[in-house]
Amino acid sequence: MPEVREVSAARTVGSVILHVFVVAVAIAFLFPFFWMLSNAVRSNGEVLAVPPRLLPTEWQWYNFIDALSLLPFGRFFLNSVFVSAAITLITLIVSSLAGYAFSRVRFPGRDGLFLVYLATLMVPQAVIVIPLFLMMSRIGWVNTYQGLVLPVAFGSFGTFLMRQFFLTIPKELEEAALIDGCSRLRAFWSIFLPLSTPALGLLALFTFTGQWNSFLWPLIAVNSTDYSTIPLGLTAFQGQNGTQWNYIMAGAAISMVPGLALTLLLQKYIFKGIAISSGFGGR
Amino acid sequence: MTLNPSIAGAVPRPRGIRRWRDSLSAIGFLAPGLIGLLLFLVLPLIASLVLSFTNWKIMGKTSFIGLDNFSHALTVDPVFWQVLGNTVLFTVEYLVLNIIISVGLAVAITNLKWGKQFFRLVFFLPTFTPLVGSSVVWLLIFTPGGFLDWVMSALHIPLPNLITDTAWAMQCVVIVSLWAGFGYNLLLFGAALESIPQQYLDAAVIDGATAWQRFWRIKLPLISPSLFFGIVLTAITSLQVFDQVYALTRGGPGAATQTLGYKIYRDGFITYSFGYASSIAWLLFIVIMVLTAVQLRLQRKWVHYDA
Repeated sequence: MPEVREVSAARTVGSVILHVFVVAVAIAFLFPFFWMLSNAVRSNGEVLAVPPRLLPTEWQWYNFIDALSLLPFGRFFLNSVFVSAAITLITLIVSSLAGYAFSRVRFPGRDGLFLVYLATLMVPQAVIVIPLFLMMSRIGWVNTYQGLVLPVAFGSFGTFLMRQFFLTIPKELEEAALIDGCSRLRAFWSIFLPLSTPALGLLALFTFTGQWNSFLWPLIAVNSTDYSTIPLGLTAFQGQNGTQWNYIMAGAAISMVPGLALTLLLQKYIFKGIAISSGFGGR
Repeated sequence: MTLNPSIAGAVPRPRGIRRWRDSLSAIGFLAPGLIGLLLFLVLPLIASLVLSFTNWKIMGKTSFIGLDNFSHALTVDPVFWQVLGNTVLFTVEYLVLNIIISVGLAVAITNLKWGKQFFRLVFFLPTFTPLVGSSVVWLLIFTPGGFLDWVMSALHIPLPNLITDTAWAMQCVVIVSLWAGFGYNLLLFGAALESIPQQYLDAAVIDGATAWQRFWRIKLPLISPSLFFGIVLTAITSLQVFDQVYALTRGGPGAATQTLGYKIYRDGFITYSFGYASSIAWLLFIVIMVLTAVQLRLQRKWVHYDA
């Protein structure tokens, strides 16, 4: 049947064109990453050379070591790791507890309170940072780790994610346990948490990377290099005379390491997690 | 769902006690989060509303001045309307382009034979990297004598200094934001497209529907809940745009790229007019609330939840 063969031939050609198109877009899209790396390992003079060269004449791998020790991105990196990890830990505990109450315990005013939680997602950070800053300076928490961590550790997104996930766990599981005299806390700890590792992992991923990238609050809560996080370090050295662009590019590359590692490691969960979290929309 | 304890062999308990105990344990489970939320969100939110009715600066006497901050912003401040315009322009341009690119690429990638997951991850990479990091890389690309300048002059298209050019600076902010931002929506819409039952599409093909018709009549309506979610979230975040502006242009040249988010930071933490900055922040909050309310209303007209 020539017609069928024609159709399938046309389809194959279309499929090839589509692949070529997506590959081309992806290569163009990845160019800034290439440019960052290529400029991170050349001399600063060559970064600013006109016309620019695609690859360095001399590969200065030790720029990474210099950026880590001199600027000092090493310190910023550790600060970022500590602050993001602390916020993530608090978020996991607080959100799973609250998510359990919202999904499993009946109490008066539950739905109203949940709506309030939902509404807080709309509050722009810019609205609360001024009073937060005044609060922090009043109690002497400017330039401290607790000042970087606590004010941003109680967002309500995690509570939604956990509630949404707990709702998918069959009721019979815990009811049997509760009838046998198991306490709520015990049911939460030994039934719900073990079943929720995928959701907890996702929440950890989103919280950690979100905080890793966070800029506005650290910019306000910190004015000392001792407590600076990586995003602060990246903007602090730009615009000065004799900006060390090669070190800044190395710093930018370093800033992408955890995101890159987590994306590759947890790719399956990311896809699923975004599908789950979008379940809030209007439903 | 109510239990029947006698069936389970436990001692029957009056329902009232169970309800009472449930409320108590709910308080226990909610307390850590509620205390944090009250201290670090609700309290500052109220405080910023109170501040917005004062003339609090770092120096001088503070007093309540009623709605003066708001009327100053709306009638006297020489840049307020420009800043509001910039914010709206950014949001509309960014939102429209983001949705077109992410839906388009999501459809293209879903139709691929191989490498679906790989390409989705490629475009997702900037989502997990700091925006200021992406911005400094792009700054190097945009700079005069930099990569873009070099490519364009090879094509005999002279470029101004994009970052300091009144007309171009905002476009730079949009480009960087798009590059860094559409990957999330791409994944979101990709997940929705993958969940469309293949029979629907096969049936449409048998009935002679073109690819174009399948997109508008089947795919788009079926992913509309995700599309709605993506649009609302993208709108809320882009109205607050700050990081890219700070890292790329610091609001310049003049006030050409100042957005509401940047102006709040500037008025609050560079000139230390805490009262005035708070009133601008509340104006931003009001814009976000109104826009979200409008979107929630409009969704009934185009979002289909009964797939």
